[in-house]
Amino acid sequence: MKYVSEFRDPQLAQQLAQAMANEVHPDRLYRFMEFCGGHTHALARYGVLDLLPSQVQMIHGPGCPVCVLPIGRIDMAIEVARRPGVILASYGDTLRIPASKGLSLMGARAQGADVRVVYSVDDALQLARTWPDREVVFLAIGFETTTPPTAVAIQTARREGLRNFSVLCNHVLTPAAMHAILDQPEPVALDGLVGPAHVSTIIGSRPYEVFASDYHLPVVIAGFEPLDVMQAVLMLIRQVNEGRAEVENEFTRAVNREGNARAIALTDEVFALRDQFEWRGLGSMPHSALRLGDRYADMDAELRFALSTRVVPDHPRCECGPILRGHKRPQDCVLFGTICTPDQPTGACMVSSEGACAAHYRYGRHQADEVAA
Amino acid sequence: MSDIPSTAAKPAYVRPLDLKHGRIDLTHGAGGRASHQLIETVFRPAFAQTWPGGWQDGGDDGALLPDMPLTPGTAGGKLVMATDAHVVSPLFFPGGDIGSLAVHGTVNDLAMMGARPLYLSVSFILEEGLPLSELQRVVQSMARAAREAEVAIVAGDTKVVERGKADGLYISTTGLGQCRPGVQLSGRLAQAGDAVLLSGTVGDHGVAILSQREGLRFDAPIASDCAALHGLVAHMLDTGAALRVLRDPTRGGLATTLNEIAVASGVGMQLDESAIAVNPTVAAACEFMGLDPLYMANEGKLIAICAASDAERLLNAMRAHPLGRQACHIGHVTAGPAGQVRMRTTFGGQRMLDWLMGEPLPRIC
Ligand code: SF4
Repeated sequence: MKYVSEFRDPQLAQQLAQAMANEVHPDRLYRFMEFCGGHTHALARYGVLDLLPSQVQMIHGPGCPVCVLPIGRIDMAIEVARRPGVILASYGDTLRIPASKGLSLMGARAQGADVRVVYSVDDALQLARTWPDREVVFLAIGFETTTPPTAVAIQTARREGLRNFSVLCNHVLTPAAMHAILDQPEPVALDGLVGPAHVSTIIGSRPYEVFASDYHLPVVIAGFEPLDVMQAVLMLIRQVNEGRAEVENEFTRAVNREGNARAIALTDEVFALRDQFEWRGLGSMPHSALRLGDRYADMDAELRFALSTRVVPDHPRCECGPILRGHKRPQDCVLFGTICTPDQPTGACMVSSEGACAAHYRYGRHQADEVAA
Repeated sequence: MSDIPSTAAKPAYVRPLDLKHGRIDLTHGAGGRASHQLIETVFRPAFAQTWPGGWQDGGDDGALLPDMPLTPGTAGGKLVMATDAHVVSPLFFPGGDIGSLAVHGTVNDLAMMGARPLYLSVSFILEEGLPLSELQRVVQSMARAAREAEVAIVAGDTKVVERGKADGLYISTTGLGQCRPGVQLSGRLAQAGDAVLLSGTVGDHGVAILSQREGLRFDAPIASDCAALHGLVAHMLDTGAALRVLRDPTRGGLATTLNEIAVASGVGMQLDESAIAVNPTVAAACEFMGLDPLYMANEGKLIAICAASDAERLLNAMRAHPLGRQACHIGHVTAGPAGQVRMRTTFGGQRMLDWLMGEPLPRIC
């Protein structure tokens, strides 16, 4: 693993910035959505936004698994975590997402629920082995990237006969969210899309072809390194200038057209499509998420504990929804940086470092100074 | 005030602690803004009354005690006292263990006040079931670290709690040290124009611990930088440079420590990312996990803030010491905006460097 520096070369960055400046048409706007929170984070953390020509406007998309988890699903996780005998295993970020009644998983834990932070689903399996008398529930979240490891864990639990392991499944599907963004009643005006990095290593570039063909939208799949994102923006500018709408792949070192066949087969084997699933900000969408397939229904925590989701509205003044749909920016929310901060988030976009609000709060707040000065 | 530009950036609003209904959660121990708030709301108001004038606002890790000659005949520099609890998991990691960490942590807290560490007391909380062999390894490692640092472990205490109530073993250490006459260092003393120096690479300890926990394997193993820094500090003090602040960037990393200093001194900072050294394996591991080395803990590094005119001299002295070989000048103190740390990225953009929030966690997707 010695490959970081070549993707952070400042000279290359300057060259890319220069190329963009040369190629943009001065009198038009280029509105590109970066779907992934990982890209949002890279743009903010490396100050890439400062290097883009003023004609280029980046719009944050809904691609952060923490941000799109609706309150009702967290309430559900809290409910199961509070049952006697249950250990809820969760990724750390998820613990801080605000839920109903001022609670969060972290708050529930401080009140006595047994919630444990895990770094991978394997840690959750290990908990189940260590505590045979307890019910270990893994709170699975994430896009296509994190789904195959969950599938492996489910199969491992079955093979080992671990009867005390189950999964509260919140795995969601990227193309569904993209369709939802483009099909909203008042769609955001977009000139191109920076396609997901890690997700595409699993599903390949083919699923995005429909956006190029049916919506005439240029797509460039990009890695999470800052130079990747800059290169992708340049490629999008060129497509726009040439009137093309194609799926191009900047991230060829990890992504091909077909994706990872083994991972896809594994996912198909263990999971099934949900008819409907609620996303924060995007509402309920058909076929946009996964549940455990019938053969693994005994490990589906929703069935095992007879859990049901309630739809819970966001904080009335929180703009997470419009932000996730690309209609607003973090600084447009009246709660931003006052009531809602990374330490005490009101909305989910302020929780994960890949959330649009958290990224702007941590890295971009100084821009407000310059505007005011 | 007038030289500080008015800031339209929302100040870092912190919701008051709900002392009636709130509960401690993990963020209160992570070393970020929540930890700071807990200290300011709960501990400082209560304990400050026990020693009027004793608690100062530098956020420093040690306290200066009134003058008293420690041993008859010594010049009688001020005494410094510091204390630190260690709850690291796993107990053993590449480059160190909880025992050496417990000695180095307190030695470094004293050293950052400009003091020579003299005495340590230690308190153990042991969990029922801890293998005696592990305890012995830890204790022997502490003894070795203390001998090397030339501090005497002079008092101690041991308690055992039921299985499940502790993570194997916790260690608290308290240290007493003595300043050279005339030395005064504090997080409150940074001034506009001062130079910000860093003694070496950042993130090694935090990534070493995390990669152990995660079972990640990298081409080159990542070892903690765990080390006692008082030797380096003595060497720096010998130069006579106008040193104002010394701080070891432990939990919360470089970014959080600089924010603490900026708040305590009422100044801003401007850093240059390309000057901040990161060991390539640490950088690769951070990239892989979606973490930022600037927020990862260090146990053998220090930040020094000094008058700009002395920066070169101090830097040369640091580089002449084995623990400061990679020392570099990473930025300067600005008049404002107060409490804001900004950084020019390697890309040539500007970004804010905020406090750590929560704990550093690997990315999900
Ligand atoms: S600032 Fe907070 S409340 Fe407002 S949109 Fe962002 S996350 Fe939601």
